Amino acid sequence: MAKQLVIDPVTRIEGHAKITLQLNEDGRVEDAMFHVTQFRGFEKLCEGRPFTEMPSLMARICGICPVSHLMSSSKACDAVMAVSIPETAANLRRVMNLAQFVQSHALSFFHLCSPDLMLGMDADPGDRNIFGMMAKFPELTQNGVRLRKFGQQVIEWLGGKRIHPAWVVPGGVNEPLSTELRDRILEQIPDMLSIIKKTLEQYKRSLEGYHEETRTFANFPSLFMALVNPQNEFAHYDGKLRFVDGSGRIVADGIEANQYSDYIAEAVEPWTYLKFPYYKPIGYPDGIYRVGPLARLNVIENCGSPLANQEWAEFRSLGRGVVLSSFHYHYARLIEIVYSLEKIQMILDDPKILNKHVRAHAGVNNLEGVGISEAPRGTLIHHYKVNEDGLMTHANLIIATGHNNLAMNRGVLQVARHYVDNKKLKEGMLNRVEAVVRAFDPCLSCSTHAVGKMAFQIQLRDAGGLIVDEIQRH
Amino acid sequence: MSSQVRILTFKIDDRDVSAREGETILEVARENGIYIPTLCHLEGLSSTGACRLCIVEIAGRPKLFPACVTRAEEGIQVITQSERLTKYRRVILELIFSERNHVCSVCVSNGHCELQNLAQKLGMSHIHMRYRFPSLNVDASHDRFIMDHNRCILCTRCIRVCDEIEGAHTWDLMGRGVDARIISDLDQPWGESETCTGCGKCVHVCPTGALVEKGKSASEMAKRQQFLPYLTLMREEKE
Repeated sequence: MAKQLVIDPVTRIEGHAKITLQLNEDGRVEDAMFHVTQFRGFEKLCEGRPFTEMPSLMARICGICPVSHLMSSSKACDAVMAVSIPETAANLRRVMNLAQFVQSHALSFFHLCSPDLMLGMDADPGDRNIFGMMAKFPELTQNGVRLRKFGQQVIEWLGGKRIHPAWVVPGGVNEPLSTELRDRILEQIPDMLSIIKKTLEQYKRSLEGYHEETRTFANFPSLFMALVNPQNEFAHYDGKLRFVDGSGRIVADGIEANQYSDYIAEAVEPWTYLKFPYYKPIGYPDGIYRVGPLARLNVIENCGSPLANQEWAEFRSLGRGVVLSSFHYHYARLIEIVYSLEKIQMILDDPKILNKHVRAHAGVNNLEGVGISEAPRGTLIHHYKVNEDGLMTHANLIIATGHNNLAMNRGVLQVARHYVDNKKLKEGMLNRVEAVVRAFDPCLSCSTHAVGKMAFQIQLRDAGGLIVDEIQRH
Repeated sequence: MSSQVRILTFKIDDRDVSAREGETILEVARENGIYIPTLCHLEGLSSTGACRLCIVEIAGRPKLFPACVTRAEEGIQVITQSERLTKYRRVILELIFSERNHVCSVCVSNGHCELQNLAQKLGMSHIHMRYRFPSLNVDASHDRFIMDHNRCILCTRCIRVCDEIEGAHTWDLMGRGVDARIISDLDQPWGESETCTGCGKCVHVCPTGALVEKGKSASEMAKRQQFLPYLTLMREEKE
């Protein structure tokens, strides 16, 4: 008899979701759906507000990556004002953005994913968490906490608070950097670099044990999208969009922020609140593309910092042309932490970072503005329209996690088909179904623009739609 | 000619105080360093008793009195702090918060707002009534300023400063009760007002984020009100 399997809630992710696995008459997985079960509505509630409030208002979408929203939002506002912000302001925004990469990636890797990666996918779920990690790998876990703390601290030093700092404003930032703060940040970088180097070595060794997962975790050819700078390096704060295909060939390049809608459109499905962005020239649903750390490492030609470059070259040798397995999102995340730390150092080593002119002032000079930056989870697009008084008339937000929706759904299906055996349902099988989602580090509260705690669910339904088995976690 | 000023003596919170005839309880309390919370009152402007946060008790009289507009009387015993007053003041604040759309976290006046400061000071931790969530507009038609009705508490400081200090009387009040609203001229967009001189005094006396400078981001709108007593003094001297 055909059944349906439901995982609800999916745990150790940011936001609420559940997974439904549809089984056929033979008990094999026929289809899989990753449902995002929350709704936010920021695109609507911002209407009628002055555009200058947008960076702080939009940052409230997320408590983990508010800085990303600050970046894209303030860039969209810069576009509305038609200003080119002072270079020091752009660099200060870059430092805050990179600090956020360090803290967010550390959260994903150490707090959310390392239990699967270091303790094993089949480990007792009672221990498969950050506390289990602390018991078994105290040094690694402490290091993870320290790394995250560093990122958060830099954000606080720059912006006054760790979450939702009001320092990034349309036109730049509202306070220059002091010598004392710069030195305080620089002082900690060597320690942080040594932590991440150690973690990378340990992680690379552990990869040996994950051949099967690497082969099956959303491992398929797809397009990859990310921002790159004119030197074809990482561009987390600015740059132009590039798409490469599954063999690494560039299919679209040099896309300016205001051209995004020529390449990306969004489809809607009735069973999830998360939209499905797709690559417009190919259409829906075949225009599947991935964003985030893996995509960024796949579209660049070098990182732009020495240590990260070495790691990147080794990473890219894992695939032909590009790396296709989404399992390697974890690896890519660690390399991005290396890059972020090195880049923060490079920016702060330039004495111009202490310049006092950090803000451009202007009113409304364009009735429309698009801001794109790379968030830890991928490309983040804020598109605003305003009236002549500067009040918001329209907002379109395409959030990193949204871009990955098609790929996550396909990844869940791939893993479920490979691991889930209806005749003998084991917790470890279902954990892998969740783990493929975790690899993408989705932020669902962001992507549906929701309130509430994280939750995740797996349901097993028969051919008639009846729930036969269900695992829920809160 | 010298007129003799009558001096009144009475008690505030069991302290003996004296007042010139005609002085309000609030003025006497402030002269003596006794705290009474206020919101619509601002030194340098006339008092209207609009917000009722300055209510005090007078021994032997059942009703409550707004200290900003109640004149001192000989022999009365004023009580500025009691369980009853704390409760009423908190309820007044809750009513103000529930009436319109005050969202501190993303407000340009966050951290510099008199309403927010009072809520903190008076220990208002929750709103016990339903929010009304009215649909109100933001008037951004002025070149330099914004009027956000969502954050207006109808204290009328803007009306008074414009009328009494600037002399333009651009602002006024229309409607009654919960529908009351601040308007410029004859309910025209502020940017089209013929009387507004663009002096910005209303913006700086506004206790919340209702009247703000254009271009400010969250938490950036600090108000400067020091000018007011000085302006009043200069005007009086000229007269």
